[in-house]
Amino acid sequence: MMTLGQQFITIGMCVLGTMLTRFLPFLVFSDKRPTPKYIQYLGHALPPAIFAMLVVYCLKDVEVVSGSHGIPELIAMVVVVILHLWKRKMLLSIAAGTVLYMLLVQTVF
Amino acid sequence: MAALKAAFPYTVPIFASFWFLGITYGIYMNVSGFSFWYPFVMSAIIFGGSLEFLAVNMLLSPFAPLETFLVSLMIQARHLFYGIAMLDKYRGTGFKKPYLIFGMCDESFSINYSAEIPENVDRGWFMFFVTLLNHIYWVSGATLGGLLGSVIEFNTEGLGFVMTAMFVVILLEQLLKEKRHYTAVIGLVVSAACLIGFGSDSFLLPAMGGILLLLTAFRRPIEKAGDIL
Repeated sequence: MMTLGQQFITIGMCVLGTMLTRFLPFLVFSDKRPTPKYIQYLGHALPPAIFAMLVVYCLKDVEVVSGSHGIPELIAMVVVVILHLWKRKMLLSIAAGTVLYMLLVQTVF
Repeated sequence: MAALKAAFPYTVPIFASFWFLGITYGIYMNVSGFSFWYPFVMSAIIFGGSLEFLAVNMLLSPFAPLETFLVSLMIQARHLFYGIAMLDKYRGTGFKKPYLIFGMCDESFSINYSAEIPENVDRGWFMFFVTLLNHIYWVSGATLGGLLGSVIEFNTEGLGFVMTAMFVVILLEQLLKEKRHYTAVIGLVVSAACLIGFGSDSFLLPAMGGILLLLTAFRRPIEKAGDIL
């Protein structure tokens, strides 16, 4: 079992690692100097790729070969997309998709 | 006040997900033998869900500060991308800037990057309130979970899907805004390939490397296509 001091250091290391990744780009590319063209390009090109990566990240533990084969996830996501294309109401799309998913995993699958 | 009013609706799905995840995290800490002070302090100063869950194991393992630091860097590396994307948007936000960067979790970044902020609302304050509300949701959820422990039982199976649904909607909005989708396709294909190749626990770093590599290699065609906003 760790001492209290060791616990503080362990938590501190988590904070340090996290904050380094959050603050580093802002420290390296300050407001005073113009940001390099390549970094500007990345700033615009990365977000769509990141959002796609985050969707995959959310689905990373879905069991495709066993269990429910990812069918409830697929159904709920299709409904979210269709509903959103139709109404363009962010909260509605998210709420409906989540409620549907909960019904599917709790009652059907 | 106008900024708070404009920001709040965007954070509602995050409230649902952060309370669900935060309470789960607090309960996990509680049953692992930690008082509610731990989830309270850790959620407030780390403010990064996946690492906080892992930190429970780290606290129960032998003391290894360097390893803890390196694991934190690896898990949180995606924030480097967020920072690069937010360099412009966080510019000129004055004294709020350090807090905006401190609170730049997945959800704060996604909302602050993609939200259509009304013209009569101050952008800096809008982003500040998005970040602050998210922070409050997360800390209150984690503390509540730590206080309640395993006392509560309700059927929340599947509630975590709220996060998936939110990122699907944000990605969709992004796709509707742009003419061509090269970089979204790169992100999707590389992440999916890395997930299959490296497994769910270690696919993020290779996926980030692959995305960076392809975006660099195809810089010319992507810029030419005017795909990016």
